[in-house]
Amino acid sequence: MAAEELLVVEDLKKHFPITQGIIFQKQVASVKAVDGVSFTVNRGETLGVVGESGCGKSTMARCIMRLLDPTGGKITFDGRDITNISQAEMRPIRREMMMIFQDPYASLNPRKRVGFIIGEALEVNKMGSSSEIKRRVQELLDIVGLNPEHYNRFPHEFSGGQRQRIGVARALAVNPKLIVCDEPVSALDVSVQAQVLNLLKDLQDEFNLTYVFIAHDLNVVRHISNRVMVMYLGSVAESAGRNELYGEPKHPYTGALLSAVPVPDPELGRQRKRIVLEGDVPSPINPPSACRFHPRCPRFHEGVCDVTDPPVRDFGHEHTAACHYPLEGWPLTEAQMRQRSGEPVAS
Amino acid sequence: MALLEVRDLTTHFRTDDGIVKAVDGVSFSIEKGKTLGIVGESGCGKSVTCLTIMGLNASKGTTTTGEALFKGDDLLTMDSKRLREIRGNDIAMIFQDPMTSLNPVHKIGDQLGEAILLHRDVTKRQARARSTELLKAVGIPHAERRLDDYPHQFSGGMRQRVMIAMALVNDPDLLIADEPTTALDVTTQAQILNLMDRLQEEFGSAIIMITHDLGVVAEIADDIVVMYAAKVVEQAPVDDMFKQPRHPYTWGLLGSLPRLNADVERLVQIPGSPPSLLNPPRGCRFNPRCPYVFGRCKEEEPQLEPVTGVPQHLQACFLDDETKELENRKLQAGAYAGEAT
Repeated sequence: MAAEELLVVEDLKKHFPITQGIIFQKQVASVKAVDGVSFTVNRGETLGVVGESGCGKSTMARCIMRLLDPTGGKITFDGRDITNISQAEMRPIRREMMMIFQDPYASLNPRKRVGFIIGEALEVNKMGSSSEIKRRVQELLDIVGLNPEHYNRFPHEFSGGQRQRIGVARALAVNPKLIVCDEPVSALDVSVQAQVLNLLKDLQDEFNLTYVFIAHDLNVVRHISNRVMVMYLGSVAESAGRNELYGEPKHPYTGALLSAVPVPDPELGRQRKRIVLEGDVPSPINPPSACRFHPRCPRFHEGVCDVTDPPVRDFGHEHTAACHYPLEGWPLTEAQMRQRSGEPVAS
Repeated sequence: MALLEVRDLTTHFRTDDGIVKAVDGVSFSIEKGKTLGIVGESGCGKSVTCLTIMGLNASKGTTTTGEALFKGDDLLTMDSKRLREIRGNDIAMIFQDPMTSLNPVHKIGDQLGEAILLHRDVTKRQARARSTELLKAVGIPHAERRLDDYPHQFSGGMRQRVMIAMALVNDPDLLIADEPTTALDVTTQAQILNLMDRLQEEFGSAIIMITHDLGVVAEIADDIVVMYAAKVVEQAPVDDMFKQPRHPYTWGLLGSLPRLNADVERLVQIPGSPPSLLNPPRGCRFNPRCPYVFGRCKEEEPQLEPVTGVPQHLQACFLDDETKELENRKLQAGAYAGEAT
């Protein structure tokens, strides 16, 4: 059976205008937070999205949810184009896509009881009488591993990990097809992180959920994803199945990210050499020309990388990377990283 | 003689609900040029331990006992004048959150210079030259010009590097880093870890690294202390700790890490959450969450004792060596399930 596409994003763009003047505001520049991102998520799979802060991962998530209106491109959810439909038309679709947020302390209203927070979506969508909603909320609390008796408690009575479980229960309430998780475990301790990751996996198996899982921790993304997309400054650097991406990264940026991940094994850690990227992610207001990674890239070739846009190369098995000089193998030493081979492919 | 020797340190806070024993009998020592990693979940007392050593706890409602001998002098009983001379000069601290630990209304150069002018008899010009040098050392481009910038003009990683520069400005003998990379991206984290490595080689400082990320300590530490609920549960050299961990809590921590080099279907999860320090469980403090718990654990509190045959490896657990050997082998093979068999 061919995998069924649930979410198709084509050439998604989100530019935030920078204006000057008080009354007659004129646009002087724009922040190109997301600039031409395309991907597909199949039903029941998890797409991991990694990248440094400021690479546009969260903006992308918000565009998918239509919490932000995209500047360009096309989003197809469950066979329906949702790029430009009105908020009223969007409402019934919202029920099918939910979001889990990063900060479990800020994403729950401190003045509302847990029962209300989880049940609100049910109420808004008129999915049952108040007693039915209450029963459903208690069932949800049980599913995410909280005590159903805690229905009447306030968020402050829970720990960080428990709050994140409440966030998960809230997202599950309306039986969505897609859940967008925006850094759901980055604020948690490792042991609690493991609890929440296991929970998300179990729920996926049980309810056949589809996740878009955004994180900056590559270990976590590897653990939970089927496919992984690496973003850099608003565009996709590399996209591949999990094992291909972690086993044979092609983009130098992916390579640098992987080599920077600390391994909890002192012996391995000593043998391994970190490839350290200098500097920070450049500003998306005025991104570097052609390949956006070129100012930090160990394989930078003057006259090519800063002049010609890198072609999106296909390495088979849905493994693509946008680079003139993809990596030959993995792992590579720093010297090998610098040693590019072959001629660049014209785009 | 150890550079810093902490003996039986306790810190108790008096609150409206009762006495919080935030640190309860912690001992460790660190030699010159070495790195000690302190690992544990939030709320296990690792930060409070360091704040106590630095004398940075609020004096009201805090009771501290024990000793913290820095080059033979007890930091805990020292008068505040002498402590101020040591703090920022011989012992420096890097705080966790680079976004909030710099003063937003002062220029970076003034904040760096202040630390120098307080401890050294130098002119402002010399202090500025030294600040520039340090900013360069931590890899901030256009250091001279950036001195006149305010903290908001720096990114997170750069602010953390400024914090490190500030801590290193007086060549401290001991550097205490409280989760210095937790708020950062992996690439920036790698930059900071490399920087700390290099600076340690250059200046020979000792580093105490507080973190909950076992990956980070595996890379940087020589010795590791694992804390749970205000107590040390295990302490060992880094290789021993990762190859031969002896405490169920350490197993749980290691098993709960998703790794790049191993495939596991499910992560090990330590059930429940850390206990309240107002009223910690009787006996071993880990017993309500421990899969191997038996009668004695609930009655008696295990003491930190050397492992037979490995005197530098300390652990506080009653479980027999045989089971430990068995479970550890499973853990190393990636088959540890976090359940008693």
